[in-house]
Amino acid sequence: SITGACRAIQKLTRVRVVDNSALGNTPYHRPPKCIHVYNKTGVGKVGDKILLAIKGEKKKALIVGHKMPGPTMTPRFDSNNVVLIEDNGNPIGTRIKTPIPYILRQREGEFSKVLAIAHNFV
Amino acid sequence: RISSDGKLAKFQPPPKPVIIDKQKQREERRFLSPEFIPPRGRTDPLKFYMERKDMIQRRKVFNIPEFYVGSVLAVTTADLYANEKANRFVGICIQRGGKGLGATFVLRNVIEDQGVEICYELYSPRIQAIEVLKLEKRLDDNLMYLRDALPEYSTFDVNMKPVSHLDHEEVPVNKLQVRMKPKPWSKRWERPKYNIKGIKFELPEKTMKEAQKWSQPWLEFDMLREYDTSKIEEKIWKEVSEELKK
Repeated sequence: SITGACRAIQKLTRVRVVDNSALGNTPYHRPPKCIHVYNKTGVGKVGDKILLAIKGEKKKALIVGHKMPGPTMTPRFDSNNVVLIEDNGNPIGTRIKTPIPYILRQREGEFSKVLAIAHNFV
Repeated sequence: RISSDGKLAKFQPPPKPVIIDKQKQREERRFLSPEFIPPRGRTDPLKFYMERKDMIQRRKVFNIPEFYVGSVLAVTTADLYANEKANRFVGICIQRGGKGLGATFVLRNVIEDQGVEICYELYSPRIQAIEVLKLEKRLDDNLMYLRDALPEYSTFDVNMKPVSHLDHEEVPVNKLQVRMKPKPWSKRWERPKYNIKGIKFELPEKTMKEAQKWSQPWLEFDMLREYDTSKIEEKIWKEVSEELKK
């Protein structure tokens, strides 16, 4: 990235799409950016849904890791990771290689399909 | 005796046998964990005494091994949401912070090209085991620059076997000079404020000279910032070692 240290995810943060979907992996001249965070505060942490602008389209996504240090014993990633998702919660990709924090298992009901395609947990 | 040359070889006496007296006790290396040393301030020493009692109590139940910044550790924590309720993470210790019961250490590793750092609390009851896979020191106290270094310096195999630490005397110092990614970095590590010796700076001379503009050579002579911990350490070491032997 060009700018300095960014923290949790808010509007206009550049994110890194982590699954193997076509939308996330085809190169485009603009990086995917967050345009809205579905949260009372505008700050997205792990497990929040956000709206992403990718390749000129709007897509919902789930945050799986950010650069901001969270509570102790939770992992802190070196990049803001995001998984593309449909409106009903189904992930678009079929595999997630990067490690996902175990905290997401707490909300097994909403994220069961995303956790099912994840391979590595931290 | 005639040697292969044909000339008489000079008599070499046999080497003297080295007698190691194993019954005599070897001098044990003293290591006092840095979180025992109270910070400089005006708080009542009773508070630190009470915290130390709790820390010693925890250490009697659970073994916290000796480790330094730069050693590779494997930590298993109790996690409700992990399979088999236990979560194992292997990483290099990049910083040890906090004093007393809130002492923390940060482990870093690169898994599947993604850098992950976890900050653990030493005295947290959630930690089930801490193993030292490789005990060594580095040239600096704080390895935060590994975030801006090439990822090969932060990758450690998750199934790494523990490297046996040979001597009971010295801890090996790894004088590795780390190569960095191209600038910009998260912090300007070339500045003398960070005093980093473990980076191989491949920057032009001009940048290094400019960085020296921010040096504060009077800081090391500042008497108000002096904090001599040798006597405090001696007292605490005696106290802690006596309690732990009981």
